[in-house]
Amino acid sequence: MIPLSWFLALSAILFVLGVAAFFIKRDLITMFLAVEVMLNAANLAFLTFAKKHGQLAGQVIVFFVITVAAAEAAIGLAIILLVFRRRKTIRAEGADEMKG
Amino acid sequence: MAIALFLVLAAIVIGSVLGMILSRSPAYAALWMVLAFAASGGLFGLLDAPFIAAVQILIYAGAIMVLFIFVIMTVPSDEGFSAPKRKFTLVLSIVMAVVLAAEMASALGAALKGSASSGASGLGNTRAVGRMLFQDFLYPFEVTSLLILAALVGAIVLSKKGDRG
Repeated sequence: MIPLSWFLALSAILFVLGVAAFFIKRDLITMFLAVEVMLNAANLAFLTFAKKHGQLAGQVIVFFVITVAAAEAAIGLAIILLVFRRRKTIRAEGADEMKG
Repeated sequence: MAIALFLVLAAIVIGSVLGMILSRSPAYAALWMVLAFAASGGLFGLLDAPFIAAVQILIYAGAIMVLFIFVIMTVPSDEGFSAPKRKFTLVLSIVMAVVLAAEMASALGAALKGSASSGASGLGNTRAVGRMLFQDFLYPFEVTSLLILAALVGAIVLSKKGDRG
């Protein structure tokens, strides 16, 4: 049997990698992919605790997270397309006109 | 056996997220993420969640990543694609074909021997998940359908080429 703490460690590593990728990458699409990595790490943690406590609710929550991620991807990619159409680039540095 | 599977899948997930970070082009980053999501679907299966594993592979590695790749193909990338490494691709495809053949052989061997697969028992079987989804979580489930409708309308309105654009 695999120790459940390994899954939690993997989830933590994935989340950290997602945060790091979000700050390292410069184009909006890859930054968005990094957010998906973080969501995936959270899903892994949810499933680990669902198994640990024998609660099925954890798995149902993951189902909802995946659904929300799908909606988020649709909206986010539409926004990225809009940004690209306006400024002809998807690099994040360009979008600073809302700076105070 | 399960531990080896876990280690292999974890290595694939971490490695492909690192590949996503290191790849220069968003298209390659998205392909790395397909691999990462598929492998984490395998990890979900190890956690007694076969239904969620199927959803993960169908929706995440399938639908969402196809959406990403669609948008990436629409947006011209800053960096061009590097010249194709023919030799590397050849070796990689041969290795993957051999792995696929071994997997097919083992699956067929088990099926022909008549050993029943470990049936839907235990924590995460689909019947229990569905019962919970449509009884205890019915209200959030309906709200989710509203959310998807809103996202659909929002995406259409945002990406429409309007005169106010």
